[in-house]
Amino acid sequence: MSDTTDTGGPVLAADGTPLKRSLARALRRQKLRALMLIAPLLLFILISFILPVADMLYRSVKNGIVADTLPRTVVAIADWDAESGDLPSEAVYAAMAADLKEAAAAKTHTKVGTRLNYENPGIASLFRKTGRKAKKFDIEGVASWKDELIDINKDWGDIDNWRTIQTYSPRVTQGYFLNAVDMRVGTDGAELRPEAERIYMNLLGRTLWMSLAITVCCIILAYPVAWILANLPMRKANILMILVLLPFWTSLLVRTSAWKILLQQQGVINDILVWIGLVDDSARLVIINNQFGTIVAMTHILLPFMILPMYSVMQTIPPSYLRAAKSLGATDWTAFWRVYFPQTVPGIGAGSILVFILAIGYYITPALVGGTKGTFISNQIAFHISSSLNWGLASALGAILLAVVLVLYWAYDKIVGIDNVKLG
Amino acid sequence: MAEAVTDDGFVVFDRVQKSYDGETLVVKDLNLSIAKGEFLTMLGPSGSGKTTCLMMLAGFETATHGDIRLGGQPINNIPPHKRGIGMVFQNYALFPHMTIAENLAFPLEVRKMGKSEREEKIKRALDMVEMGAFGGRRPSQLSGGQQQRVALARALVFEPELVLMDEPLGALDKQLREKMQFEITDLAHNLGITTVYVTHDQTEALTMSDNVAVFDDGRIQQLAPPDLLYEKPENSFVAQFIGENNTLEGVVTEISGDTCVVRLDDGEELDATPINVSKVGERTKVSIRPERVEYNKERLQEGAHTLKAEVLEFIYMGDIFRTRLRVAGNDEFIIKTRNAPDVERLKPGQQIEIGWLSQDCRALDA
Repeated sequence: MSDTTDTGGPVLAADGTPLKRSLARALRRQKLRALMLIAPLLLFILISFILPVADMLYRSVKNGIVADTLPRTVVAIADWDAESGDLPSEAVYAAMAADLKEAAAAKTHTKVGTRLNYENPGIASLFRKTGRKAKKFDIEGVASWKDELIDINKDWGDIDNWRTIQTYSPRVTQGYFLNAVDMRVGTDGAELRPEAERIYMNLLGRTLWMSLAITVCCIILAYPVAWILANLPMRKANILMILVLLPFWTSLLVRTSAWKILLQQQGVINDILVWIGLVDDSARLVIINNQFGTIVAMTHILLPFMILPMYSVMQTIPPSYLRAAKSLGATDWTAFWRVYFPQTVPGIGAGSILVFILAIGYYITPALVGGTKGTFISNQIAFHISSSLNWGLASALGAILLAVVLVLYWAYDKIVGIDNVKLG
Repeated sequence: MAEAVTDDGFVVFDRVQKSYDGETLVVKDLNLSIAKGEFLTMLGPSGSGKTTCLMMLAGFETATHGDIRLGGQPINNIPPHKRGIGMVFQNYALFPHMTIAENLAFPLEVRKMGKSEREEKIKRALDMVEMGAFGGRRPSQLSGGQQQRVALARALVFEPELVLMDEPLGALDKQLREKMQFEITDLAHNLGITTVYVTHDQTEALTMSDNVAVFDDGRIQQLAPPDLLYEKPENSFVAQFIGENNTLEGVVTEISGDTCVVRLDDGEELDATPINVSKVGERTKVSIRPERVEYNKERLQEGAHTLKAEVLEFIYMGDIFRTRLRVAGNDEFIIKTRNAPDVERLKPGQQIEIGWLSQDCRALDA
């Protein structure tokens, strides 16, 4: 009996249907059942995670408000050449008046003002003030809206304001992203903002280097702990493991507040230093509300995330490797460095990725102990989400943060290889 | 029984004791001398102290009491990496992040050997275990048997005078194990290195070794070449542990020179050689190998004692017949007979009489 047909055609099952189709039918039920089992989680993730993230990413370029609120103006101003030095034509002013009348009736004129104010500070009040009178505009009864509007507010005669309106009339904008990297749309395309207005790149740089510092501190502190855990007998290791996990059972706020108590100028550590005479009472150390405070507190909070992957990797390395190295003539240090350490790199890598990514997006701890110099970019994102309500900028900052993490992840994959990461 | 320690041994354990918890001794008063070029196997059940002895010799455990000497020098205080002892581990312990060649280069690099000399030695060592073509592979890409060969090559590449092996063949299947047993002994004898081999597999111990030290309860129960160990066990532990063995219990009723008579608990009598019994009336366990039992009366000595036996089971095993008997209330009495044309095949239920040469039956400690 031959399992394949001699004619070279598809292999047939016993009932004559092609074997492939027969197999697919047999597996379909299994696949369906598997899909049903994960469906609740899939839905949950889709609704609570993927859709919001997608929406957030869209918001970072979304700019419908100008086109929606000022539809006529957007059409009319499209042909205007801002570089000519002339104000827009009469038709543009008439369109603006008509749009403003409708917007004022719908009370949306302040929103568009707020939106344009992100790009051109001061323009919000122009819209607000003009809007108060706009409801009573008699569109047909005014000969020249150009003169009328400039008469109501002389800022309507400022070419810069019109340029802003023209620049932000498309429905999609790069403005938020430019803003997030301290740039803006100038007369010749994108340009850096004035020195004094640059915030975000510095903040992003600080976030990156502080996350790196926290990761390095975690590696240095976690390595010996993980080593001891992995080499102790099971019973003792379990007790120590509880101590490692203990912080997880305490509220994040409590842990952070504890650092405040310890580190503040009248705090425990300063008191002790003064008491033993290392530090003069008049020169107490400033170790909180700055970068140092943030690094200390966050290293403490993120340490378990470094210890756990290291521990699980070290556990799988039998002591016989070290013994073999020593029996082959290696000193303790050589045996560690050439035989043990390379095998723990996957654990270090996994812990580092975990800690770094958690740190880069951390928000509560830097907000509480960071002062002004130790805050992260996530604090700015939170500020724009909840205080300034500039969600577009917040989204752009978040998107940049996401991109940075993905780039680092990619770089890590290239250098170390993501297959080498072991979480347990 | 501990041999008297002579100082001319290459490896000497002198009254060595080891305790982990300060309450019980894992190794009790160990005395052992291993000659240069000897292949010595430490054999025993798990927990008998054999691996602890190996680890003390390698330097990974310290002796609680006593001296260990290597080439006349006490090595108690020498760290493992300065002892220059090659070691093959149970799980091979090949470094997974290095290639085979890098694994072999490791002991040479830490000895600051030049590159060309290193490569020559690596090549020679790999060729020696027929793994010359695998230098660029990683350990995970090799089969168990190949990893075993590499581990052996790595332990030998820096030309140690002493090699320790800790159950190196435990993870291999039977056929491969038998092949490797032969290769390891061959290699050890050709290179003239002293080998200390730890195993719990008695067949391995018997086929490979010049001398076998049988460990139990932290002591060496017997140190002897394989044939003596099998044929002339000195106590009932060794008799039971090595090979298949039939045991009957009784009391010594008569001792005359190198034979004695033992009366079994059911009143029957048999001939034996007194080993661990010295006086009449002492309880004893007599030990007899299954292949030395005779049921053909013509082959027995004139006037020898015989025992009645009932055949319980007859198993045809090809080259031999294995028959289970009931002898003096013992249902597990085994005899093995070579499959030859003139041998009678016994049937269950058959009543026979069995006997043996008195030198094959040893009266040991009870």
